[in-house]
Amino acid sequence: MNQSTAITGFEAAAGNVADVHARNVPMQLDASLFEGVSINRSAAERRAGTLATRRTVKKQWQAAWLVQAIGCIDLTTLAGDDTADRVRRLCAKARHPLRDDLVAHLGLADAPPKVGAVCVYPTMVPHAVAALSNSGIPVASVATGFPSGLTPMDQRLAEIRYAVDHGASEIDIVITRGHVLGGNWAALHEEVALMREACGEAHLKAILGTGDLQTLTNVYRASMVCMMAGADVIKTSTGKEAVNATLPVSLTMVRAAREYYQATGFKIGFKPAGGLKAAKEAIAWLILMKEELGTEWTRPDLFRIGASSLLTDIERQIEHFVTGRYSAAFRHPMN
Amino acid sequence: MNEIRDILRSMDYGPAPEESSNVEAWFDSNKRRFGHYIGGSFVWPRGTESFAVFNPATGDQIADVANGSAKDVDTAFQAAKKAFIGWSSKSGQERSRVLYAIARQVQKHSRFLAVLESIDNGKPIRETRDIDIPLVARHFYHHAGWAALAESEFAGYRAAGVCGQVIPWNFPLLMLSWKVAPALAAGCTVVLKPAEFTPLTAIAFAEICREAGLPDGVFNVVNGDGETGAAIVEHDGFDKIAFTGSTEVGRHIRKATAGTGKKLSLELGGKSPFIVFEDADLDGAVEGVVDAIWFNQGQVCCAGSRLLVQEGIADRFYDKLKTRMEKLRVGDPLDKAIDMGSLVAPIQWDRVNELVQKGVEEGAARWCPSWTVSDKGSFYPPTLFTGVDPASILAQEEIFGPVLVATTFRTPDEAVSLANNTRYGLAASIWSQTIDVAFDAARSVKAGVVWINSTNLFDAMAGFGGYRESGFGREGGREGMFEYLKPSEPSKAKIIEAAAQMSAPLPKGSGSAATLDRTAKFYVGGKQVRPDSGYSDPVFNSKGVLISEVGRGNRKDIRNAVEAAHGAKGWGGMTGHQRAQVLYFLAENLQTRADEFAARLTAMTGASAKSASAEVAASVARIIDYAAWADKYDGAVRAPQSNMLSLALNEPFGVVGISCPDEAPLLAFISMVMPAIAMGNRVVVTPSPIHPLAAADFYQVLETSDVPGGVVNIINGNRDELAEVLARHDDVACCWYVGPADGSRLVEFESAGNLKSTWVNYGKSREWLNPTSADKKEYLRHACQVKTIWTPFGA
Repeated sequence: MNQSTAITGFEAAAGNVADVHARNVPMQLDASLFEGVSINRSAAERRAGTLATRRTVKKQWQAAWLVQAIGCIDLTTLAGDDTADRVRRLCAKARHPLRDDLVAHLGLADAPPKVGAVCVYPTMVPHAVAALSNSGIPVASVATGFPSGLTPMDQRLAEIRYAVDHGASEIDIVITRGHVLGGNWAALHEEVALMREACGEAHLKAILGTGDLQTLTNVYRASMVCMMAGADVIKTSTGKEAVNATLPVSLTMVRAAREYYQATGFKIGFKPAGGLKAAKEAIAWLILMKEELGTEWTRPDLFRIGASSLLTDIERQIEHFVTGRYSAAFRHPMN
Repeated sequence: MNEIRDILRSMDYGPAPEESSNVEAWFDSNKRRFGHYIGGSFVWPRGTESFAVFNPATGDQIADVANGSAKDVDTAFQAAKKAFIGWSSKSGQERSRVLYAIARQVQKHSRFLAVLESIDNGKPIRETRDIDIPLVARHFYHHAGWAALAESEFAGYRAAGVCGQVIPWNFPLLMLSWKVAPALAAGCTVVLKPAEFTPLTAIAFAEICREAGLPDGVFNVVNGDGETGAAIVEHDGFDKIAFTGSTEVGRHIRKATAGTGKKLSLELGGKSPFIVFEDADLDGAVEGVVDAIWFNQGQVCCAGSRLLVQEGIADRFYDKLKTRMEKLRVGDPLDKAIDMGSLVAPIQWDRVNELVQKGVEEGAARWCPSWTVSDKGSFYPPTLFTGVDPASILAQEEIFGPVLVATTFRTPDEAVSLANNTRYGLAASIWSQTIDVAFDAARSVKAGVVWINSTNLFDAMAGFGGYRESGFGREGGREGMFEYLKPSEPSKAKIIEAAAQMSAPLPKGSGSAATLDRTAKFYVGGKQVRPDSGYSDPVFNSKGVLISEVGRGNRKDIRNAVEAAHGAKGWGGMTGHQRAQVLYFLAENLQTRADEFAARLTAMTGASAKSASAEVAASVARIIDYAAWADKYDGAVRAPQSNMLSLALNEPFGVVGISCPDEAPLLAFISMVMPAIAMGNRVVVTPSPIHPLAAADFYQVLETSDVPGGVVNIINGNRDELAEVLARHDDVACCWYVGPADGSRLVEFESAGNLKSTWVNYGKSREWLNPTSADKKEYLRHACQVKTIWTPFGA
């Protein structure tokens, strides 16, 4: 994600600006960075299982963390029945994710929260760009034959260029899962490197489709190859696989990002997507980022959550913090 | 209100305190004063002295607790004794219901117990809430099941009796459950002494027992310090003593109970290795280290406190570990978002710190995170020492705090050597993604519990307990139940009197010059050897006529025999099938010479030809019995978690010392040696001193039956003199003794040196000719120690 768009209003106002970090520069495939690595699933599951039992946030800390989570949401619609109006509604919510009275209670009226980005299909990009003008909220587009990625390469690259040309500043590409399953790392590297080239200034978010990759070792290796090929963000899922973002998979990916940072000095973002609906899940993933990578990785330039209904639950929880009463979804404007 | 904005900037966690008002109210309703629980009542006997109990995290006094006297212990014992008849004669089903009710009550009061434990001990509420208390409930559920099954699954056994149990402060309620649940399931009654630092959950548990309808006197608590514990150990009446705590105190208990006939289980210290091979999942292993040594502030007997890392990855691993250590949070135990609380008491803090300072003085490299811990309470920072050589005090001593000491290794063999380079043998954690490497190490480490790619996992169905000086006995699982059972006594057991001493070394009998001189030698390492002493003793028949002479063994003969036995390591590595074949061959060869052996028995003991033949026939049958068992006395596979198998392996001790009685000189020898070697042990055996010839003849059978040299080593001589040498030998892992009561006491007393396992007869005769099948299995059970290997999996 590029810097100009990654910092949302409230963060700038709060002085909450992450250190500007250099954009990942693609490198040659170096198998030594992943070949010897084998991930132990039960160990990963135990760590994932205790992340949210070892850490928790309560009261104002919980409220603040939920505000932070809002800023990290890629508010998403990726459905066959998406229309221009539907996208405009989504964008309105993206600009104004939290009711004004709640924002005021939180003391954030001078810099109200906004979501991290809006994520749509390529043909919806123009509508989103128009609806978000002057908001500072970037438009992300899925591309490359989303969700399967099994269309001809030139078409996949053309799709990226189309979205970029129409104003998308982030491209959520999908990889060819078969390259991972077959251990064809060179092909994967080449594919993602070409996509990165096609992105130009736009940031590339590489969707691994972890539900299809099955093993955590595959997830780790695919993460590493995508980063070497120039991915700015690695992302778990399209939301269309049978299994979406899970904590053990996410743990494996952020550990790969940590390893890549240590090897190259480049900070890579992480985006879990699919199935994240509850505010407490957002907190769990923020804990994951803070514990495994550091506080810097809890901010929208390095952390996004792909979600659509999550925001509503966060709004309800924040209202509960403010009023002490349990809230209802219909009390919050829908997207 | 800028608070939200500040938090957004820092993304700090903030405090997350657990509510403690319910526990505080309980303190107040008890006027912050807790006595004993005896015979179903809470009592504070007149004139009782008390001690203060503190919250380790704040240093504030919580309560006054009665300090039990020997008289209080006796009162509790009498209550438990009175309750024993009723409780042990209840049906298993009836006991099961009470245990089940206890488990339910523990669950119903789980948060109360978790908060109370955290306040009393200083450990994080996360651990008491997510680990200690759920495991307590699990333990009672599991043993409710054993109670229900006791009659059928432990046929031939009965409740051990009244148990004295002394538990430590590191897992107060969990250790209570490990001891109390199997005892109650077996039909035993209990007098428990909690640790004086942490007596409070035992009081709460007593309340739960009342609620659950446990009959009065079945469970009793006497609070107090080490002297109260000593009063339990020294009390004549208890049938069983169970102790978890330091190896030093364990040694003392072993000596104090020697020869009393009390069953004993000891769960003692450890210095457990945490081995990281170069192909391990390093991030996973780092998290394993956190669970190994920064769990319960490192105050865990099975803590993975010795980190062994393969050279090629050591620096990377240390870097990762340090990064992880920076993220640990140490603080208020009742805060839900901390990793470590307070050590249990200032005295523990001093002890840990003293060892750390010694390590620093020795030149080991210490590393701690950049942050500091609170001065209040007894907080100690997570500490890593690298470059610690095996000779360092840090690598040898159990620190019992959040201090990890690391050293590197080059090869898997070296890893195992370093892992086993300790007097302890409680646990080991092994990290490798290669199943071959992991299992090879798991089989080779000397430890009662091995966790592959995991650490500090516990479950009621998986036995827990140590090798070597980490103690003996198991807690949990079927094997744990045996600690609270004993074989139903044979009604005809007699008392074995000490035999008359052998007479002077110079022969003066009526040896016929016509017979060729045939002096029984020793059999060591597959060779016949002469005694080191150069003395022989006469062997007389039942009429007092000299019939032969036998070498007189001394400590050097035993030493040589033990070395020969260690040399025969290959025997333990053979399959049960291979050992069975050797035993069958032995039986065959003994059968062939049956008449000769019978004649020898008659000549020695004066037994009738019929009874001598019967003894030989029984000996042949006994060999076949244990040949049959050699590949069948197998362990168990359990599934304590859905992605986890735990293997309970019956492993041989290694070298076992065996002292044979005078009765049935051939059959007793066979009955003791065969199960031991069938399971893969090598033995140093001393035959009956007055009837040594049958065993001496037997070495010829050994020689002709492909028994590898060193598997059976035979030394003749004074039973107790030689038993003492064996019991005091630090490279003998187990001693069996059948003889007069004094010798039993001697063996148990001297075994305290290396805390070897012992199995003695307390002067009571055994049934040799017609043992029950349960009796025969007892020999196998005593020939093995259970190693539990936890093997998680997941693609």
